[in-house]
Amino acid sequence: MIFSLANPLRFQRLIEKIEPITLNIAIILLLIGLFFCFFGSPPDYLQGETVRIMYIHVPCAWFSLMIYSIIALCSIFSIVFKHTLADLISRSCAPIGACFTLATLLSGSIWGKPTWGTWWVWDARLTSELVLLVIYLGLIIINNAYEDKSKADRYSSILAIIGIINLPIIKWSVDWWSTLHQPASISKFSSPSIDSSMLLPLFIMTFSFLFFFISILLVRVRGEIIQRKIEVIRFNRMVS
Amino acid sequence: MKKKNKRLFTILTFMALFAGGCAILLINLRENLIFFYSPTEVFEKQIDRTQMIRVGGMVKDESIVKIIKTIEGRQLEEISFVITDFKKELVISYIGILPDLFKEGQGVVVEGFLKNVGKFEAKTVLAKHDENYMPPEIKDIKTIKDKKI
Repeated sequence: MIFSLANPLRFQRLIEKIEPITLNIAIILLLIGLFFCFFGSPPDYLQGETVRIMYIHVPCAWFSLMIYSIIALCSIFSIVFKHTLADLISRSCAPIGACFTLATLLSGSIWGKPTWGTWWVWDARLTSELVLLVIYLGLIIINNAYEDKSKADRYSSILAIIGIINLPIIKWSVDWWSTLHQPASISKFSSPSIDSSMLLPLFIMTFSFLFFFISILLVRVRGEIIQRKIEVIRFNRMVS
Repeated sequence: MKKKNKRLFTILTFMALFAGGCAILLINLRENLIFFYSPTEVFEKQIDRTQMIRVGGMVKDESIVKIIKTIEGRQLEEISFVITDFKKELVISYIGILPDLFKEGQGVVVEGFLKNVGKFEAKTVLAKHDENYMPPEIKDIKTIKDKKI
């Protein structure tokens, strides 16, 4: 199944079918989610209305990590099996991931001022998330630094693989070290410490962002496929 | 060995070694990576009194006292409170604006200088909140339940 999709042409045709559907789902979920964020959920007992920033901040943070995991997996796949589609996906993911990371940092900063009393502190969670942004920027720069795309893909894959080490650090920084950032509210092993009335908007927003991510990714991958085709045509013209 | 397997093996070895190296680095840098000390650590460690440190803990119930002080001809309100990690306590004094979430029974991180034994002069007070989120009504129900138990 995966290998039949690994053919970029077939993948391109599939994208054209799925892309508009995912974008529509994302918009509908976003509208429902925003309604629940602002009107359909209660304020927090301690933070009051500021807690609503969570519905943007937390999904963005999740996706900043998830997108990096996708890039990392694709990079390993690309180096081991030399597959173009893996390169295309990791190349397309990098700017999206960078945006989610930036959104996490900005929304977190806006949330930090009224709750903690500061815009920024150098604690382990915040710093490691900033490092993630820097790695993303590094990937984008390397991806565009070389004329020879296969060279760019190889170097950015190596950086992505080195950067994997940052993922567990971000994830468990709040448990390993004493940080100003609070520990995770939602984990696999215990029931969430967020009230169900607040979990609903959080999950709707997460799914909205998921579909948004998929649709943007598909558009970018399609763009990359077309660009590579143009390069092949140009190369053939030059040769002939 | 096939070329693919060789590449896979190389990557996995590299990742394992790199992760191991980072783990050693992080474990040894633990002292520098923690954002704040607990009151117990402040008592146990020899802390340089000229160096700014951060201490975190819970604001003890009914420990917040406000005194008007005259410093350089200006009347300033000094806030003093006790933070605790349920083992040791530290008396904090602070002049300035407190964050909204600063309350008795809530976590705080203070940044400043250690004065005499058990005394701390804060330059900044940051509120720390926990991972629990709930509407006010449910909080009320929960506190009533806790009191019954």
